[in-house]
Amino acid sequence: MSIEPSSAVGGTPVARPDNIAELRGVHYSVGDKAVFRGLDIGIRRGEVTAIMGPSGTGKTTLLRLITGQVRADAGEVIVDGRDVSGLSRKELYALRRRMGMLFQNGALLTDIDVFENVAFPLREHAKLPERIVGTLVLTKLHAVGLRGAVGLMPQQLSGGMARRVALARAIVMDPDILIYDEPFAGLDPISMGVVMRLIRSLNDALAISSIVVTHDVQEVSQIADTSYILSDGHVMASGAPADLRANDSPLVHQFMEGLADGPVPFHYPAPDYREQLLGSREGLQ
Amino acid sequence: MTLIHELLEGMQDFLARAGAMTRFFVRVLLISPAGFLRPRLVIDQVYNAGALSLVIIMTSGLFVGMVMGLQGYDLLSRIGSEDSLGTGAALTLLKELGPVVTALLFAGRAGTALASEIGLMRATDQLSAMEIMAVDPMKRVVLPRFLGGVISMPLLTGIFVAVSLYGVQLIGVQYFGIDQGQFWSEMRSAVDIEDVREGLIKGLVFGVACSLIAVFEGYNAEPTAEGVGRATTRTVVVSAVTTLVLDYIVTAILL
Repeated sequence: MSIEPSSAVGGTPVARPDNIAELRGVHYSVGDKAVFRGLDIGIRRGEVTAIMGPSGTGKTTLLRLITGQVRADAGEVIVDGRDVSGLSRKELYALRRRMGMLFQNGALLTDIDVFENVAFPLREHAKLPERIVGTLVLTKLHAVGLRGAVGLMPQQLSGGMARRVALARAIVMDPDILIYDEPFAGLDPISMGVVMRLIRSLNDALAISSIVVTHDVQEVSQIADTSYILSDGHVMASGAPADLRANDSPLVHQFMEGLADGPVPFHYPAPDYREQLLGSREGLQ
Repeated sequence: MTLIHELLEGMQDFLARAGAMTRFFVRVLLISPAGFLRPRLVIDQVYNAGALSLVIIMTSGLFVGMVMGLQGYDLLSRIGSEDSLGTGAALTLLKELGPVVTALLFAGRAGTALASEIGLMRATDQLSAMEIMAVDPMKRVVLPRFLGGVISMPLLTGIFVAVSLYGVQLIGVQYFGIDQGQFWSEMRSAVDIEDVREGLIKGLVFGVACSLIAVFEGYNAEPTAEGVGRATTRTVVVSAVTTLVLDYIVTAILL
């Protein structure tokens, strides 16, 4: 069985044969807190899939499940036809060689320069002649527009540049799946536009499947083929960005329009305001 | 009741941490053959942990030796045995002071550097990035640093002892005028190869302990600035206490 997104609110995804990754009835908890309660998601091959949702809904945890960094308490996490939770360490590493991931802060290795950062996966996994390594690294850096930064150290890069170098590193092994964790966070509008276009163009040019976890609804709506909105441990809504914008669910509306108050309250649960202001110091604790 | 409860909790935490460190050590030992496949990574860490600690080790060694020269001469001259200064200093340095002080200095310089470096790699997702790139951080980051420390410590101990003896000689021979020939010949006749071996064994044992504690604390640091700070502090404290406890155990075994 494979899973297809539905545009209905809380719609149950249905099986599709062309999904590269699927989560079927996934339950996952951290301590007593349930992060996912029967999560169903399908990531279609060759598409850009956006995973959105308010803070703390487990978007990054979802990526960690797909990459096998954490294991589901129940349910299946299928990547390219194989259940990640059933893989040995060796098999998991073999699967990960076909994935690339862009971390929120780039996660470049700080003791080596840009060239060596991009060359890192090649040096670890492929015994290639130095000339070929050089060509591959320069090609990937050229693709992200940073061929000129080849000799810089990570500390000399701006946030946007660091993320583009990390992107070059993520694609240097020609992955089948590219995963982005908050790729737009903290970027200026120009860098954001650059990264946004890169996600779409790399997805199409390299014929890969991309998963983008983000809060930035407007930006990701321009490049995503399919979006999922997570809330309360399951999929609240899914479908094409236009369908989600047209969705009349108050929760989806609040999220898509970025409204401060709504089904997701502005205020963290607190005692009565008046009582707390007039009360003693104990009221603050 | 509260005190007993706290003591029990503290004991439980200690045992849990000791267990986790033992498991970590076993894992490092199991993957240690991988270190020989990438000698370049280990050599880089011998440079980081060993060569970069040379200045502090040699400076401290010189002054420890000079203080030993002053105190030793004062003590021995009271019983008219100042000519034995070289012998006494050599045995003390080789068997005790050399390995112990080197380990304490190593924990303060190289141990903290290792723990904070690995802790920061954890906090900035560099270790997670390696995992995603199908690179095992234990083999790529932890093992070379551990082996680098283990190799460096006996070498640093030897250098510390040599420089300290030079410091003792400066005070005893150059300053107080003990006969140079007698100073060195008495030392040579009294010091056995067993004494040198004891010092090197202690250096190796302390090297394993201090390096293990540093990489363990760094690797398991909470991924925050505060967490990295705590891991660095724990590295120094736990290394110092462990060194002194191990010193007693190794001495009792070797004597």
